[in-house]
Amino acid sequence: MKKPARVFSEVIKHLFKKPATCAYPFEPARIMPHFRGRIAFEQDKCIGCQMCVRVCPSKAIEIVLSKDQPPAPAPVEGQPAAPAKKLFDCIMKLDHCVFCAQCVETCPKKALIMTQDFELAHVDRKELRRHYGK
Amino acid sequence: MSKITIPLGPQHPALKEPENFMLVLEGEQISGATVNLGYNHRGMEKAAEERTYIQDLYLIERVCGICSHSHTTCYITNVEELAKAETPKRALAIRALFGELERVHSHLLWLGVAGYEMGFETLFMYTWRDREQVLDCLELLSGNRVHYSINTLGGVRRDITAEQKAEVLKRIQYLKERTNYYIKLATEEPTVLARTQNVGKLPLDVAIERGAVGPTARASGLARDVRKDEPYLIYNELDFKVITHDSCDVFGRLVVRALELVESYKMIEQILNNLPEGPIAVKVPMRIAPGEAVNHYEAPRGEDIHYLKSNGTDKPERLKVRAPTLANLQSVAYMLEGGWLADVPLVIAAIDPCMSCTDRAAVWDPKKGKTQVYGWEELRKMSIEQYRRRGVDFTRL
Repeated sequence: MKKPARVFSEVIKHLFKKPATCAYPFEPARIMPHFRGRIAFEQDKCIGCQMCVRVCPSKAIEIVLSKDQPPAPAPVEGQPAAPAKKLFDCIMKLDHCVFCAQCVETCPKKALIMTQDFELAHVDRKELRRHYGK
Repeated sequence: MSKITIPLGPQHPALKEPENFMLVLEGEQISGATVNLGYNHRGMEKAAEERTYIQDLYLIERVCGICSHSHTTCYITNVEELAKAETPKRALAIRALFGELERVHSHLLWLGVAGYEMGFETLFMYTWRDREQVLDCLELLSGNRVHYSINTLGGVRRDITAEQKAEVLKRIQYLKERTNYYIKLATEEPTVLARTQNVGKLPLDVAIERGAVGPTARASGLARDVRKDEPYLIYNELDFKVITHDSCDVFGRLVVRALELVESYKMIEQILNNLPEGPIAVKVPMRIAPGEAVNHYEAPRGEDIHYLKSNGTDKPERLKVRAPTLANLQSVAYMLEGGWLADVPLVIAAIDPCMSCTDRAAVWDPKKGKTQVYGWEELRKMSIEQYRRRGVDFTRL
């Protein structure tokens, strides 16, 4: 059964509708909650277990010892001297990252956090190698 | 009339993917066609052997941009089978839900591409706009539009809340109305009928002989669907029909895909309304017990087969992917023969080809440093030789 110009009435209707696209750089993009964006790092929670490094499918994370380590806590009398808590830095290679957030799930101390940040393009390649930590 | 051989591709033969078709032309009519693969080989299977099972999940997902969930689900079923993990029912239901959402997004994409190839760009614009709805659903549920990464060893990564369920059902309701309109449009609009009817004929016996799969086979009247033939996940509990059409041409493929959309909406509603309670994942050890497993999965484009061999470490020893497009390409050569040159892009697009899924068979010898194509006799000789080394004799077969 052929009915020509079936689409015509629909096309006319669409003339009076709002555009389906959004003018993104000029207005904010619509991002769903829990969108998987850039991974952030909380230094004081990290214990340096390297679990995130091991599960990362694209080898985007490096966990290294920080340059400045905090001094050992003052020894309390009658107790053995407590070792200093080590601090770790996280190097996140954004040009390698595939934003799967597997590291966030694997981290036993929840030191890695998923953010909704997605505007990560840069003209300088060095900017893509983020160094989190002091 | 003298014959001329012209190459179509490897730059953009139908979709924006590289593949070469050599067409023998008599005037404007095609008298022979050969398909040449190998422009998009990325070494995925080899790369999978270098990564752990959990890292492979994200690699396998990137075999294809459209059926990313199909490939991971097929792969993960193999891993769970080898690890003897009992995946919770709720996780299986969520996987099936994603499978159907993916089918909706793939079929709507194809409908748009088909409209584009036949010069009906209004259809292309409308379907791609509506496809955003299902992509938004996927982003809402999983956190990403294309690579959902919902699967994990032993289950799924994210649960579905009541608000998300309501939001998805609302969007599916909208898509249902739109799809009914597209079905009417596609079956009654003279432009569509003129471009698709009696184009790219694939009779039933040829479809069986050439091993066509998915909507391409179903449009030739062959009721072959893994979801019905050998139900996986929770498909045995869902109520759906296998859509077939007996016109054996591009029009049939269009109708099959459009009606499958309706079946998918039905299934999505069934899954969401009867989501089983319980945990969404179980723990699976990093090291997988040695063994072999093969599984198949009905991807939007047809049957996807994964083979996995484990040697007891945390990395697979061998992974083999047979993507649906490879099975369907044999039929393309037949469909093109006898047709017109102007119909070639539409006929190729009608199988919904995915070349990046398919290209994984180039043989490269690092010692000689050259690429080689093996014929049937050579492959047979080599496989007999390999089995003889293992102590099995196949010479007399």
